[in-house]
Amino acid sequence: MGQETLIGEIRTKLGAAVESVSESFGDDVLVVRSGSVRTALTALREKPFDYAVLLDLTCIDFTAGEGRFELVYHLYSMSRNVRLRLKTSLAAADPVADSITGLWKNADWLEREVFDMFGVRFTGHPDLRRLLTYESFEGHPLRKSYPWRLAQPRIPMKDKV
Amino acid sequence: MSGLDFLTTRLETALGWGRKYSLFHYPFITACCGMEYMSAACAHFDIDRFGAGLTRFSPRQADLLLVVGTVTHKLAPVLKTVYDQMLEPKWVIAFGACAVSGGIYQNYAVVQGIDRVIPVDIYIPGCPPRPEMVLDGLMKLQDKVQHQKQDWRWAKKP
Repeated sequence: MGQETLIGEIRTKLGAAVESVSESFGDDVLVVRSGSVRTALTALREKPFDYAVLLDLTCIDFTAGEGRFELVYHLYSMSRNVRLRLKTSLAAADPVADSITGLWKNADWLEREVFDMFGVRFTGHPDLRRLLTYESFEGHPLRKSYPWRLAQPRIPMKDKV
Repeated sequence: MSGLDFLTTRLETALGWGRKYSLFHYPFITACCGMEYMSAACAHFDIDRFGAGLTRFSPRQADLLLVVGTVTHKLAPVLKTVYDQMLEPKWVIAFGACAVSGGIYQNYAVVQGIDRVIPVDIYIPGCPPRPEMVLDGLMKLQDKVQHQKQDWRWAKKP
């Protein structure tokens, strides 16, 4: 089955959940509504789409607007050697997304990282703690609203940090 | 000069000479400068020529703490603990731009120079420093060790 046909099938399968389909840097980009990310990923993981590998999960802060945060899922199909980018916008005030740890185990730490850096809460995550920073860290450093260069030392420093 | 002064001066020289040629170092390596450290430590540049060839992987057995690479705020308490575990007399080399000043990183995560956490004797800049610079820094440290006054128990403290 050709890739174009498959993308057409994805559209049919996911229906209204798909907001747009495009291509960028040689990979297909699928934008879906935030409520249906988990359903979309569940469908994409199975045959005939067969995007069995979750390569990466990350987030972008666009600073303004209702869709301020954008989650990006990078999927890979080993059987067809193609990649797919799945994006979704999250609300600015309280970014929440469904956890996909049930689909891919590696989503556990990826979601923890996104939570740590951007403050996106993943409902249904088994252990949503900070991954890279420490427990006493306040705020989420990769948010554009985080003060520039603000450090939070754990021990007293000899000089102004 | 009294007899005791003469003796302690000669003893200090002997101690300094002994110490500067037997710097057991603890490599606190966190980043890419580690490659340059390996290069300096191995046969091509060979810090063993300066008596600093014995790497100790316990801070309790080391005289010289080599902080090689970026130290983050998450890691800073660990560095402090490692330094506190070392026995006197002890020296610290900040190896590379990150350890010296935070280097290219000025953000929420990175300590802007390890001298905000522990005292530093020799700063070796460079991103990363060439092994020749490491050897130069090591020789400067040897010079410092040679001329360092000992903390005699019977000496009058100011």
